[in-house]
Amino acid sequence: MALLQISEPGQSPNPHERRIAVGIDLGTTHSLVAAVRNGVAECLPDAGGAVLLPSVVRYLDAQRRQIGHAALQQQSTDPGNTISSVKRLMGRGLADIADANVLPYALVDAPGMVKVRTIAGEKSPVEISAEILATLRFRAEDSFNDDIFGAVITVPAYFDDAQRQATKDAAQLAGLNVLRLINEPTAAAIAYGLDNASEGVYAVYDLGGGTFDISILRLSAGVFEVLATGGDSALGGDDYDRVLADWIVAQSGVALHGPEDQALLLQAVRGCKEALSNEAIAPVELSFAAARIDLSVNRSQLEAVTQALTARTLLAVRKALRDARLQFADIDGVVMVGGSTRMPQVRAAVAELFGKTPLTNLNPDEVVALGAAIQANQLAGNNPAGNLLLLDVIPLSLGIETMGGLVERIVPRNQSIPTAMAQDFTTYQDGQTTLALHVVQGERDLVADCRSLARFELRGIPPMVAGAARIRVTFTVDADGLLQVSAREQISGVEAQIDVKPSYGLTDDQIARMLQESFSTAQVDVRARALVEARVDAQRLVLATHSALQMDGDLLSVQDRAEVDAAIAALQATALGSDAAAIEAGSKALAQVTESFAAQRMNRGIAKALSGHTVASLQESFKD
Amino acid sequence: MQFAQERSALDARWKALQSQAHPDNFAAQGAAAQRLAMQWSVRINEAYQRLKNPLQRAAYLCELHGAPIQAHSNTAMPSAFLMQQIEWREALDEARTTVDLDALAASVDSVQAQLLNQCAALLDGAKDFLAAVPLVRSLMFIDKFHHDLDARMDALS
Repeated sequence: MALLQISEPGQSPNPHERRIAVGIDLGTTHSLVAAVRNGVAECLPDAGGAVLLPSVVRYLDAQRRQIGHAALQQQSTDPGNTISSVKRLMGRGLADIADANVLPYALVDAPGMVKVRTIAGEKSPVEISAEILATLRFRAEDSFNDDIFGAVITVPAYFDDAQRQATKDAAQLAGLNVLRLINEPTAAAIAYGLDNASEGVYAVYDLGGGTFDISILRLSAGVFEVLATGGDSALGGDDYDRVLADWIVAQSGVALHGPEDQALLLQAVRGCKEALSNEAIAPVELSFAAARIDLSVNRSQLEAVTQALTARTLLAVRKALRDARLQFADIDGVVMVGGSTRMPQVRAAVAELFGKTPLTNLNPDEVVALGAAIQANQLAGNNPAGNLLLLDVIPLSLGIETMGGLVERIVPRNQSIPTAMAQDFTTYQDGQTTLALHVVQGERDLVADCRSLARFELRGIPPMVAGAARIRVTFTVDADGLLQVSAREQISGVEAQIDVKPSYGLTDDQIARMLQESFSTAQVDVRARALVEARVDAQRLVLATHSALQMDGDLLSVQDRAEVDAAIAALQATALGSDAAAIEAGSKALAQVTESFAAQRMNRGIAKALSGHTVASLQESFKD
Repeated sequence: MQFAQERSALDARWKALQSQAHPDNFAAQGAAAQRLAMQWSVRINEAYQRLKNPLQRAAYLCELHGAPIQAHSNTAMPSAFLMQQIEWREALDEARTTVDLDALAASVDSVQAQLLNQCAALLDGAKDFLAAVPLVRSLMFIDKFHHDLDARMDALS
């Protein structure tokens, strides 16, 4: 839709229509969906009353699959087809996964991102995550008995561009309209910030099942500003389980046979670890085909064997503080997120490091989803009074490869986004007509140590002596942290650009095909649904156009106005029919003729916002 | 515009502008609206980024007043500062503990503060933009040195 509601930002063009928007925490061990109902964010339970959906998908055969609790229960009997912790594989190549050999399922190397070998064929982490997201989408639709307008999905602050893109692809595959990806710690701060009206500088310590994040945020007057982020995308409660499991095996001297034993042991160890958060001592009793484990573990033993893991999180905390150029004394409070922060030794270590007791009054499992729901509600335009604005930073530096395998940073880490930054390069050979560009992400100086995001070529540079061409490379990062790179030779004007869909990136056609294959089994009549959606969109667009014309119709010439009116009439006529594609085409046509109108309205709105300053110079506006 | 800026005023102005133009305000209104909002939001961030960093602000002011920094082609700096640089480089190479690095960082910070004060006097008081250029180049060196210091700090801790 090309129309803007400038004078009332955030307000729905049709105030009586409430859009249902949800927040989804797509976690390593479990996932949740939350929504704002009657002004309060709450997690939505499934039919059985459970809020947590285990992030586990089990493939039974080519057609059938189990998701969540049902899949988790079969993990020990069918480990090879039961995929857990898939979040760790998102946007990752086989070489990136350090512990591939200890996973109970088989990974297959594939260009860009690994796949998992299952009885239903090779599945990409994007497809597996989409199963989880679709389950949550259906849960939300059942809860409201209505369609979902859109979703805010959370990702670890440390996720790089490839991982964010993979998450967005998964959501699209699950049929969700992604309003925004936000960082998990930021979502937690939203939940705490609004509920407690806190102001100041906060550290969010998020130790989940598979990832650790630390974020330093400044909260003031409804603005959440991320000062620095850091962490470790391969450190979490699963590692505590594994370390404890190894220790128990060593203590008992039992030899394990095969992935079934391994899965059984991990399940028992997890129970033991969770019990130790409330008890001083907990038993581990297990019977395998050939052996038995029967021992008890006390709290200080758990603390001793996992101490190195906790210490790793504290190192990352120190680094994030240094990045924010802050001291421990500057931190007004510490927010604890993630089930693993229930462990007493973690709470104690964090309290000691910061010199203050961390905040734990919200459920650490739910807090991220709740914050995402609040943000989703606002983005959908349901909260016109809301003044919540999320100003994010880019988590990792972006740059390109230069001569000798070195990285030239173009967008430094922790830069406010959205942003666009450019740098000029030149040719290094006489008569060079092509420049190869290699886009990388990371903090290291050598390309080999950074993550490769994309490669493309600028061709058709007119032959010149070395060093004469002026090639401007521009990086544009949107509010979700996703990147577009363009290169332009300034003298000749030749240019090339690429959306950094990481190398595995699914094309839109592939997504459409997967959508059909994946959900043709769902009891949804795809075609009927498409028609309803096309009609609703058309209706919205016509309404919005009418209200825009009412407000700012004076911006249009008589001829342009006639064009817009004709497009509206055409769309209204088409919408009476039952051809979804034709209605979509009509909507597109209307959006197209109103595009420049939208731009003029935008400029008018901004001009108003700058209160008298010329819109041509924003820097001028900072003068006063 | 003058060099001395109240950071809190700058922050408030930035937030006020972003609260109008940020793409999130238009999330419910489709791709074209988002794209336009993003262009505005990017420009606001660009202006903010340049103005909030004293070094970039000083460089910008010099360029505006016909005294370009030319960081790549001209590396002239006050000679006393050049000596200082050599000492710091040696101290960085010899540092074995984070305590050594903290002491070095404190010394760098205090010189940085002095240079910024001199910049303020030249830019806002004497309006001598040409004279400020070598100071800006010195500050650029300090900025880069801070980066190396951080890298070393990460390696040691």
